[in-house]
Amino acid sequence: MNGSKSVSERFIAPHIADLPPSGIRKFFDLVNAMDDVISLGVGEPDFTTPWTIRESGIYSLEHGHTSYTSNLGTPALRRAICDYVARNYRCQYDPRGECIVTVGVSEAVDLALRMAISPGDEVIYTAPSYVSYPAEIRMAHGVPVPVVTRAENGFAVEPEDIARAVTPRTRAILLNFPCNPTGAVMPEAKLREVAALAEKHDLLVLTDEIYSELNYDGDHVSIAAFPGMKERTIFLHGFSKAFAMTGWRIGYACAPAPMIRAMNKIHQYAIMCAPTAAQEGALEALRNGHASMVDMRESYRMRRDFFVGALNEIGMECLMPHGAFYAFPSVAKFGLSSEDFAEKLLQAEKVAVVPGNAFGPGGEGFVRCCYATGLDDLKEAVVRIGRFVKSLKK
Amino acid sequence: MQVELISLLRANARMSVAELASRLGAAEADVAAALADMEKSGIIRGYTAIVSDEAPGSEQRVKALIEVKVTPNRDGGFDRVARRIAKFPEVTDLCLLSGGYDLQLTVEGDSLQQVANFVAAKLATIDGVISTSTGFQLKKYKESGIIMQSDEEYERLKVCL
Repeated sequence: MNGSKSVSERFIAPHIADLPPSGIRKFFDLVNAMDDVISLGVGEPDFTTPWTIRESGIYSLEHGHTSYTSNLGTPALRRAICDYVARNYRCQYDPRGECIVTVGVSEAVDLALRMAISPGDEVIYTAPSYVSYPAEIRMAHGVPVPVVTRAENGFAVEPEDIARAVTPRTRAILLNFPCNPTGAVMPEAKLREVAALAEKHDLLVLTDEIYSELNYDGDHVSIAAFPGMKERTIFLHGFSKAFAMTGWRIGYACAPAPMIRAMNKIHQYAIMCAPTAAQEGALEALRNGHASMVDMRESYRMRRDFFVGALNEIGMECLMPHGAFYAFPSVAKFGLSSEDFAEKLLQAEKVAVVPGNAFGPGGEGFVRCCYATGLDDLKEAVVRIGRFVKSLKK
Repeated sequence: MQVELISLLRANARMSVAELASRLGAAEADVAAALADMEKSGIIRGYTAIVSDEAPGSEQRVKALIEVKVTPNRDGGFDRVARRIAKFPEVTDLCLLSGGYDLQLTVEGDSLQQVANFVAAKLATIDGVISTSTGFQLKKYKESGIIMQSDEEYERLKVCL
């Protein structure tokens, strides 16, 4: 029965063996083998972490703060997080039991899913999406149910599309706005409808708001803040994007105490605690990082305005993304698949973008371009993409 | 627009009008007009380059930071003395401070001797100058927000999701 598998392959559990590998492995390898590539393919800020934060991490190490912290994270950091969340998201959480510090928001998503899902439970998520969501749902023995968001709605999710996806097995809705890869934000009225759906069908809401500081044209609204939603919502956030701290790996979840207690069981057995020096850096980010964050956001906004404007000028149709740092232009009219477009662009002009199909259903026909890169590179990228697109039209 | 324009120029004064306009989401003509306006009204006093100690022509230059105590003038306060000192081309920076002394100036010259001569013959002899304290600059680490030593290149991932 397992005749075709090697001994070691037979030890891989089926639900892991069956996880689809990233569809663009070949593309990654191609990029990495090339020199002088202008990469718009990253999912992180191009800024180095602000010095005051780095200095706090150094200070922490210098003074020997090298032991474990409480499983939930240092009390000072949890207090600072809960203050920050109350101030910016209008959601009140008690730092003593309603907040857990994790290894990046990725761990918080994983904890929330593993806490909530029994085998066969369905989790609705919006697609195109961050690549980890469906995989993490599967690893928690759940069934990922994508609800496709579309360009004509600004890539916001339509509440009726969610309603149609709900079944008796639906356990949770996973939201990520502002969205990777589309840069979409959710209009408040639609978000309220999603909240109403969650209440009507008694669903848990996981809201990954990792890009929420990077909202350029309006005020960010969290679904966790709507009346009655706190008890059925896990608010997920972290430091990577807003404070340019991707490598520090600090995220967090805020939720009512019973859920945090349950998540903490997984966390304490699997992880113990988030790295101590990184937690102290994160605390400094909340205490003194605001001005740097605002500066970085302002420079992303300028780059967005330039880049998206320029894309449209050279004939790449692209909606103005309101958040995150991604542009998601359509390549459908060039008669190439996303992958072919990205591969040919890379080979012809050495510009790396990520094919939209990597982000699941609804992503085909688009490419993701990260504009969190220097303006000089962005300009050169536009020139090269323009030349490439022109060559396609001939 | 002035505030944003100034902050962009302070980060990089060589940005073209077209680029400033695209960053501000404004029309080029408006940016050009605002620039001309600020130059004319004296809000913008000039543009300069920030160069390292090793820049050609800079290796031999001598820079000194001088603290000066001054007797304020009955009518002009510190301004009269300060304006007089500011007129010397050797003086590159000058400001009035609170604390143990009054004026702080930076003086540049081609040699130690030249700077010393300037202090002894010109600065110290000005009416109202009580005392001077001169420190020669040995190494520059940062100027106008720019750090002089570059960090080594750190290789980031080219593609990540």
